[in-house]
Amino acid sequence: MIDAANTAVSPLISARDLTKHFTVGKTMRPGSGRTVHAVEDVTLDVYRGETLGLVGESGSGKSTLGRCMTRLCDSTSGSLVFDGEDITRTGERGLLPVRRRMQMIFQDPSASLNPRRRVRDLVGDAVRVHGIRKGRAVEDWLRELMDIVGLRAEYLDRYPHEFSGGQRQRIGIARALAVEPELIVADEPVSALDVSVQAQIVNLFSELRERLNLTYVFIAHDLAVVRQVSTRVAVMYLGALVEIGETEDLYARPRHPYTEALLSAVPQARNRGRRSRIILEGEIPSPLNPPKGCKFSTRCPFAKERCHAERPELLPAGSGRSVACHYPLGSAAG
Amino acid sequence: MQETSSVNAPLLDVQGLSVSFSTDRGRVKAIDDVSFKVAEGEILSIVGESGSGKSVTLMSLLGLNDPKTTFVDGAVSFRGRHLLEMPDRELRRLRGKEIGLISQDPMTALTPVYTIGWQIAEQIRAHENVSKSAALKRAVELLAAVGLPNPDEAKDRYPHQLSGGMRQRAVIAMALSCNPKLLVADEPTTALDVTVQAQVLDLLLRLRDDFGSAIILITHDMGVVAEVADRVHVMYAGRIVEKGAAEAIFERPMHPYSWGLMASIPPIDGPRLPRLPSIPGMPPSPEAIPPGCAFAPRCRFARAACAERPPQRREGDHTVLCVLDAKEREELRASVLGEAVAA
Repeated sequence: MIDAANTAVSPLISARDLTKHFTVGKTMRPGSGRTVHAVEDVTLDVYRGETLGLVGESGSGKSTLGRCMTRLCDSTSGSLVFDGEDITRTGERGLLPVRRRMQMIFQDPSASLNPRRRVRDLVGDAVRVHGIRKGRAVEDWLRELMDIVGLRAEYLDRYPHEFSGGQRQRIGIARALAVEPELIVADEPVSALDVSVQAQIVNLFSELRERLNLTYVFIAHDLAVVRQVSTRVAVMYLGALVEIGETEDLYARPRHPYTEALLSAVPQARNRGRRSRIILEGEIPSPLNPPKGCKFSTRCPFAKERCHAERPELLPAGSGRSVACHYPLGSAAG
Repeated sequence: MQETSSVNAPLLDVQGLSVSFSTDRGRVKAIDDVSFKVAEGEILSIVGESGSGKSVTLMSLLGLNDPKTTFVDGAVSFRGRHLLEMPDRELRRLRGKEIGLISQDPMTALTPVYTIGWQIAEQIRAHENVSKSAALKRAVELLAAVGLPNPDEAKDRYPHQLSGGMRQRAVIAMALSCNPKLLVADEPTTALDVTVQAQVLDLLLRLRDDFGSAIILITHDMGVVAEVADRVHVMYAGRIVEKGAAEAIFERPMHPYSWGLMASIPPIDGPRLPRLPSIPGMPPSPEAIPPGCAFAPRCRFARAACAERPPQRREGDHTVLCVLDAKEREELRASVLGEAVAA
């Protein structure tokens, strides 16, 4: 749990105006190609010991932001500071010690594990590369890791195809934990799993945070899962942060119309028929050609003239909440 | 079995369906003695995890499994006609016309080399004697009916030019093209975002109301079921372990597996749980389904009697395959779902 004393300390990783553009359709002709605005001007702090949930629909740029934060892809502009050190443009060699401290867990556990290698090698490689343990101690560490993620030590000699989806995701987690990281960026770690197995992995994430003192960035589109694991939640839409705040507060009182619509769209078994859904018209616009003004203005039920002309900034709205909206919900002006 | 409210015979009546596949490790039973009925205009939801056999059930009804490796037993009658004994040619006339299929992945359900308008028109012309232009006109109307913006332009688009939600609508439009009596939807919203999912679910409800089609909705998402289903069947390891009206299933679930499924979905409001109640272990693979209750190895309340085939217990229309008797069931359910239901 994160409290006031904790937020006062400096963030573990912080992004300032982080932007990532991709060029598509580029040919030999100069000036050809169009720009995909995947992530635009994202300013975000992640504090030690917290779990920041990053939610949004597909195409909202949440995965790209996660990749930029772990330096798996280079940002176009903006800066990235990890534990006081600017790593925006650090080269691969300089990044090695940083890479040890932040790890990523991927969505598809079958695609992110090399099918031709045993678990021992998949997990053990990172241990050797970073020199986490030496000699005989490597084996002991691998056995301990398997125990931490709830797998039997014999499984070290098996290949990925011999495991179920949930077990493979546990291997992915073991691999990330192998280098004793401080920050873990998990990109949709449970969305490929069945409900009953998903709950096991969600619980594992919570246990590991307490036990190993980890900080998570938890990227997911499933709002219920994000609520379960996160201390704070950031909502993305079309490459920009639209709202960020403490989990329970944000879910109970969304201030951005998009957050509200997103929450209302989640089908809920427990309160059957009691929710009134807000059906958003249309679809998320193309990031090739984002709307002028507020990016959500084309689908927003409350959009006014100003929303189409002027892009709102992410501004603090009290009690740890920030909203990027000209007319946030629940305010006197709105 | 259970009576539906309609007086006349059900639209679809499946009795004792069993399906097995021949594999290199011998015959594997994927579906074991599954029976259910669908009334006209009803939305029946089949819930289960991957590998529980929910898709195989539907594919067998439609004769879409490879007949060389699949062994299907049982009786399936659709509007009084027996589907399993029907010759291929006759079945082809029925599929697409009277039974529409919406598959999970809209990208693989559409061919990439033709426009969606062409594909819908083709389906219409396969079943009805109409001209190309008339079929194309119908296609445009259908695309408008499923809420595609600019249907006139959209009909000339290729699948790759559409987003996931729009593709899924095109597939739904195609399934609807001949006003089927029964619409079979296999995880229609799984590949979609929540906001688009809400649109598609709304569309399915509207279709039922406007066209009067019955819908079989296969899904693993209890939330989706709660939103649209009239009746719910829960499948586990090739058997239907619980069936009943949607209200009954959500208010008084009877099978420990259903309890586990419901408890393991994190709530979106109310107090947060320190730990999600999860079901330990994983579903058995079809080769290794225990002879008794298939859920017993993962069940907290398993006992010696679970090694036998579980008896069917019923409360009115609501039936379950489980040894627990009514009194004990109430107590144990409260212990699993107690706080969650109260919240």
